[in-house]
Amino acid sequence: MPAAGVVMIIAVVAIVAAVVVYLLGTIVALRRIVAGLDTAIAAVVEITGKSEPVAPIVESINANLDAGVDLLEGLLVKKAGLADAVGLVDGIYPGAAAQGLRNVPESTEVRPPRIGEVYTRGTLTLARLGREAPIAAASPNGPALRNPVYGSLAARGLYPDGRPGQAQQLPRSPVIGADSPVQYDPGEEVGGPRRRLPAAATSEGS
Amino acid sequence: MILEWIGAIILIAVVLPVVVVLLRGALAAATSIVGSVDRIAAAARAGSVNLDAAALLVTTDERVKQTIAAAADYGGSLDVILDDAQGA
Repeated sequence: MPAAGVVMIIAVVAIVAAVVVYLLGTIVALRRIVAGLDTAIAAVVEITGKSEPVAPIVESINANLDAGVDLLEGLLVKKAGLADAVGLVDGIYPGAAAQGLRNVPESTEVRPPRIGEVYTRGTLTLARLGREAPIAAASPNGPALRNPVYGSLAARGLYPDGRPGQAQQLPRSPVIGADSPVQYDPGEEVGGPRRRLPAAATSEGS
Repeated sequence: MILEWIGAIILIAVVLPVVVVLLRGALAAATSIVGSVDRIAAAARAGSVNLDAAALLVTTDERVKQTIAAAADYGGSLDVILDDAQGA
């Protein structure tokens, strides 16, 4: 056999050997890929099964919460009136009056009264419920203080002339939160007297 | 004879390196995919475990319904007890 033929055979054998080595490595890698994909697919199928009922449940929760909001907002507006309702909400959550009540679009135009200043958060509730509820009876055998006809108007007897005018001159409740218009500077008041409020300065001047 | 030598040289100098380069590239690509697939599988398993709490939404839904029903009962009672606002 000529030497050229031997060299050619050796070259072909080397090529085949290289092909075999690299293809075996590729086959092993592809098998690992298949195994990994099988695991991933199984987990994804599991995720799909677990997340399938999430959407209708969340829709149900939202629908019930919407009904609750409608109920409470409607009851609040019906019993307290639109202005006091907005004021009450703003007293509990300062700044919330700007968003208004969801089912009363015109509530955003209402300037919230200062219910939080005239009546503290609990006073209004206690005044209305405590004076009117049967538990306020003088004794179990005595007549109830509650006026069954004008019961809820008794609380308004606390301020027969209406809401004190001075309350309207007090500064607004501060809007708190990271996006509040006035940011508190801790270094401003530490060790010093509290900053004078604008309305206090006005009342002193008058 | 000369042609046989030329063929042998071409096989060794051209064909063998090309085959090696191509197969090495394919092997490197397949090997790199293995790591990615392993990470995908781990993330999918973790996501599946995280969704185990989704079953609690059924309980949450029931609690919300009960809470809203209780609030509706209180609201109905308050509607009877309290007078409507003046002008309302």
